[in-house]
Amino acid sequence: MKIAVCIKQVPTREWQPRLNDDKTWIRDQDASFEMNEPDAYALEEALRLKEKHGGEVVVCSAGPARVAQVIREALARGADRAIHVEDDGLASADAFVTSAALAAAMQEEKFDLTLTGLQSDDQGFAQVGVILAEKLGLPHATIIMEVQAESGTLRVKRELEGGWFQWVAMPLPAVLTIQSGINQLRYATLKGIMAAKKKEIRKAGVPAGLSGKQKIASLYVPEKGKKTQLIGGSPAEAAKELVRRLREEARVIA
Amino acid sequence: MILVIAEQSSGKLNRTSWETIVGAQQLAGMIGGDIAVLVAGAGASVGAVASELAAAQVKEVVTVESPALESYTPDGFTAALQDAITQLAPTHVLLPHTYQTRDFAPKLAARLDRALLTDVTGIKSAGADTAFTRPMFQGKLTADVVPQGPAPHFVTFQIGAYRVDQVVKGAAAAPLRALSVTVDASAIREKPEPPFQQAKQAVDLSQAERIVSVGRGIKEQANIAIAQKLAEALGAEIAASRPICDAGWLPMERQVGSSGQTVAPKLYLALGISGAIQHLVGMKGSSTVVAINKDPDAPIFEIADYGIVGDLFEIVPAIIEAVK
Repeated sequence: MKIAVCIKQVPTREWQPRLNDDKTWIRDQDASFEMNEPDAYALEEALRLKEKHGGEVVVCSAGPARVAQVIREALARGADRAIHVEDDGLASADAFVTSAALAAAMQEEKFDLTLTGLQSDDQGFAQVGVILAEKLGLPHATIIMEVQAESGTLRVKRELEGGWFQWVAMPLPAVLTIQSGINQLRYATLKGIMAAKKKEIRKAGVPAGLSGKQKIASLYVPEKGKKTQLIGGSPAEAAKELVRRLREEARVIA
Repeated sequence: MILVIAEQSSGKLNRTSWETIVGAQQLAGMIGGDIAVLVAGAGASVGAVASELAAAQVKEVVTVESPALESYTPDGFTAALQDAITQLAPTHVLLPHTYQTRDFAPKLAARLDRALLTDVTGIKSAGADTAFTRPMFQGKLTADVVPQGPAPHFVTFQIGAYRVDQVVKGAAAAPLRALSVTVDASAIREKPEPPFQQAKQAVDLSQAERIVSVGRGIKEQANIAIAQKLAEALGAEIAASRPICDAGWLPMERQVGSSGQTVAPKLYLALGISGAIQHLVGMKGSSTVVAINKDPDAPIFEIADYGIVGDLFEIVPAIIEAVK
């Protein structure tokens, strides 16, 4: 089975946001980046499917030159080769532009199955996988917690809200968006890291004439809805004061 | 015209549809225009849901019925709604940001080649434009976003962005109208099976008065015991954010957030939870929120009443001591 995994590079969880001068995007140069977590689960699922059914795992990423870091990491974990759609404008692109750029680079590969995370930890559109499926003319399912792929058909477990699930069958080729926690992630071995250096990364460009469908007019640190009373002091002092306020002010503990 | 797409399953209206109607009423107040609510499905159940929705102050409730819409599929719903939207020609299409919406709305917007703004929490005027507010970077930042290109613009509202009790009801029931659409059942590629629950939920966190909830900051499974002790001392249930349940450190039924339970206890004490938006939607209705986190910029502090910045492994034992 020929499997594509679309991964995105996003700021790390520890990153403290800094805005650019016109307050429409972040200062990229201050950020440190990592693989988007749900995409890491999609990659792991692809590697497991390959181990079971054979074939190839191709990692696809749309972004500026810096995303080569997460592509190398994916290759080190076991992906066979990569496609890097490289353009500086992709760093802040919307879901339409990102999926159109990926679709153009992936079309001719005719993947049997394409996996990606259900959403990204940066802009959090939760759209790219679904739009990609539409652009490639393929069926899709989202928020997937289990994948069964046998002889041309696919059966997947979709997560619904509030602890409910549903199995959905569809023909291959197809696109799935993967939920975090579907599997246990593996990490790259030294051998994998060495092997990754020899693996192919095909560069692709962004198709001409793509324009975004949303514009960030302003980006800012959220206004506080509530006034948080921060309690300082040593752990013992802070704990004592918190318990006092929960008893006497909020009256929520006995 | 502003079109709201309500969600129903087996004749039961998803309550978040009312929140979307509140958003539509706010938008109509800003830009003018009528509101229509659309509900799609199969059989008599659609009519019952439509009658319920007709209580809202809207111009009309539109029903879209087809045997092909009996069970939800992205192919079926996209085909039906593409046809309906083309006929109705709205300026905006508003939906609740449910899992079902997330499954088909990007496909529908892409097929019509129109903008889709997701997880929106508010609407603002920005000069001549209308901007939609949405969280970014896990809630660390907020953006005012203006949709580009021709109408209709698609917008999905975060669950809880508007309150159901703020919906303006009409003096009389809004008229119902059946809209005829074409759905080719043979073109539906997805074959859904009936929904099921993985485990019978042993705990009903929605009924808990006090909850101690743990996040990534707890670091390892053995440390859950520290939170358990605090929960016992406070007479609280233990709960967790998604990564903790994904790792198997606590059972899935203890998960709070968009994919777990929604809770509203008197006291919600968050230990080492950064406050990703998916978690906040599950607990922001709590009366008193306490956050203990080593990162002073963690989004959880945005919604906390009391906060302690520091090492939870030092602070939690001190709280247990202080409660005694």
